[in-house]
Amino acid sequence: MSETFEDQTFDLAPLLEILEGYKDQKGAVIPILQRTQEVYGYLPKPILKEISKRMRIPLSRIQGVATFYAQFHLKRRGRHLIRVCDGTACHVKGAMKTVDVIHEQLETPPGGSSPDYKYTLEIVYCLGSCGLAPVVVVDEKVYGQTEPDKLVRQLKRLD
Amino acid sequence: MAKIGSLEELKALMQEQQQLRKQAYQEKVIIYVGAGTCGLAAGAGETLEQIERELQKRNLSAEITTVGCIGMCVREPLVDVQLPNQPRVTYGNVKPAMVARIIDEHIIGGKPVMEWVVGIVPTDW
Amino acid sequence: MENVELQQDQVAIPTYTELPYYRKQVRIALRNCGIINPQRIEDYIARGGYLALAKALTEMTPDEVIGVMKESKLRGRGGAGFVTGIKWEFARRSPARPKYVICNADEGDPGAFMDRSILEGDPHSVIEGMAIAAYAIGSEEGYIYCRAEYPLAIAHLKTAIQQARDYGFLGKNILGSNFNFDLHIKEGAGAFVCGEETALMASIEGRRGEPRPRPPFPAVSGLWSKPSNVNNVKSYAMTPQIILNGAEWFASIGTENSPGTAIFALTGKINRTGLIEVPMGITLREIIYDIGGGIPGGKKFKAVQTGGPLGGCLPAEALDTPVDFDSLVQAGATMGSGGMIVVDEDTCMVEFAKYFLTFASAESCGKCVPCRIGGRRLLEVLTRISNGEGKPEDLDEIEYISRNMKEASLCALGQLTPGPVMASLRFFRSEYEAHIYDKKCPAKVCKGLITYRVIEENCTGCMVCKRNCPAGAISGEKREVHYIDPSICERCGICITVCKFDAILIE
Repeated sequence: MSETFEDQTFDLAPLLEILEGYKDQKGAVIPILQRTQEVYGYLPKPILKEISKRMRIPLSRIQGVATFYAQFHLKRRGRHLIRVCDGTACHVKGAMKTVDVIHEQLETPPGGSSPDYKYTLEIVYCLGSCGLAPVVVVDEKVYGQTEPDKLVRQLKRLD
Repeated sequence: MAKIGSLEELKALMQEQQQLRKQAYQEKVIIYVGAGTCGLAAGAGETLEQIERELQKRNLSAEITTVGCIGMCVREPLVDVQLPNQPRVTYGNVKPAMVARIIDEHIIGGKPVMEWVVGIVPTDW
Repeated sequence: MENVELQQDQVAIPTYTELPYYRKQVRIALRNCGIINPQRIEDYIARGGYLALAKALTEMTPDEVIGVMKESKLRGRGGAGFVTGIKWEFARRSPARPKYVICNADEGDPGAFMDRSILEGDPHSVIEGMAIAAYAIGSEEGYIYCRAEYPLAIAHLKTAIQQARDYGFLGKNILGSNFNFDLHIKEGAGAFVCGEETALMASIEGRRGEPRPRPPFPAVSGLWSKPSNVNNVKSYAMTPQIILNGAEWFASIGTENSPGTAIFALTGKINRTGLIEVPMGITLREIIYDIGGGIPGGKKFKAVQTGGPLGGCLPAEALDTPVDFDSLVQAGATMGSGGMIVVDEDTCMVEFAKYFLTFASAESCGKCVPCRIGGRRLLEVLTRISNGEGKPEDLDEIEYISRNMKEASLCALGQLTPGPVMASLRFFRSEYEAHIYDKKCPAKVCKGLITYRVIEENCTGCMVCKRNCPAGAISGEKREVHYIDPSICERCGICITVCKFDAILIE
């Protein structure tokens, strides 16, 4: 059994396993969503629908929970999160050039992900490392005084 | 594991465990590594691995035990060394590169590396 | 291995109790932290672990347990400071069944990590405290609500719960007493407001973590509308020691109305940052100077923030305030859950208040209007002031919005969000006025109110600042005095960092 959403096909087997584990538990929506996100990387709509149907919980309630907590993501995210600082110091040092190069060469638009979902690109405001401008944070690692082409080469080397 | 069924059984288990700890204290080298989140963030994981490596290199055996946070965040990673029947001596900011010297001078030589020592953990704590 | 005597060297090594950092500390909740292996229940038992539970179950009635807790006058360490024994008594008297015991481990304040340290370093003390509470109120089921950002605490708790089950300290017929109790862990999902007890219970029930009005209090109608007792990690961790050593012992530590110890995460501009447990009644000065070792770099102490983003700051004049629930409130701050942030003369109090307000207002759950809109409006006013666009009537505006948020918000989050702003306005009003009337930031922090200028006598015209300026705001030829154009300058401070001749100043 599978579902397709955002160019992705989901194998429902892991979900069914998760739901089976919480079958007899009261108030298990949050742990179900947490485990589901661990498996699928985010909370795709068809999966939420499936949870609603099988757990007999209105989709509105599940959606309400999923949007309330900061931990949950409703859009598919890439395996690597690139955060480009566009604080003033980084901005004047060419942060948007970095964004353009990543968009162009890695096909990752700001606020979106690459077609292969390897990368997700976010523009953030001041990471507080102005002395290292322009700053880019990839996953948890901080890159300072970045040069767009060199950064792209480093990004391509990631798994 | 047998379940504890009464206050008396618990007291007996407590005494047994205290005896075991006392025995370890008298017979073994015990190394305590502060491995709470803050210790780990400061590099306690690498320090711990280095301790294991350096002990192995010298063919030394010691009981290595991880403990939580004693509160001196600014001195993490914290490592305590306790020789048989000797006080538990705490070292602060223990980087992997410092491990060999602590083992050679303190564990083998019996002289704590004074410049890195923080203090002695009181026995009645 | 050769056993060399250490005697001679020992003379020079102080024990912890002789170190300034520990000399004034009294460790009750932290007594095992850093001493024992938290993943070995045997280590906990060797130090008298689960004896208090055994004593309660075999030698005391639930009412006697509550009696001891009331007599000890332990007040809730989550921040509100309600007497724990009275809370338990309310839950005990509630007729409905089943009842729940809940541990609030949703420690969300930036700069606070007391609860995490206890859960990581001594999880069994919390489990034992919860089991005693369960026996006292007549509960068989408990929940620990821990934020998901604490994976190590959750892992250690899981191990500890399993070990406690294996030894029979959790489960059926505990210690042959016919008392049953078991525990679940619930992981938070990233919402600061879930530290509020009604929001926390909503979250355990799998709903949006929005608070609801009280009464009914959880003791009457809590989790799944059943009687529930919610306490903080520290309160539970102290419980076994109170049962073992007696109410009198606990009451002999600290002050009359705030007995026992307080735990603080000491951070900020202080020499010895860390986690401390001190007897209530100790002064802020003793904590900051004797234990914390004062302010680094010869800077001047400016303020100390207690109670995190929902607390308040106190100035140097308040340094002799005794640290206890009532004195701190009287002085203008709060006890809170235990964050203590020290700042020096380089901190702008407007900016500092704005930082906490930014955090608290972003975490508003949005259910009640005073908190949702009030926080936003307050932030707008503060942003305006720190940008140099403050108006004389803004200070009245701050007080007006704050008063309304305090009076009308549904839960403590909204009621206390204006706290840091109100406290800094009360003690550092002149700084606000300098921002508004003189358009100056006395601490030289707020970017809209400072200019970078070249000191002509010191400038050698080396061009280093010019090359490094990301904005291209610096002009000047080699060996000539440079000039910073304030209309282009981004106030990033890179020029000061790179200048070798101290030729740039902030005005």
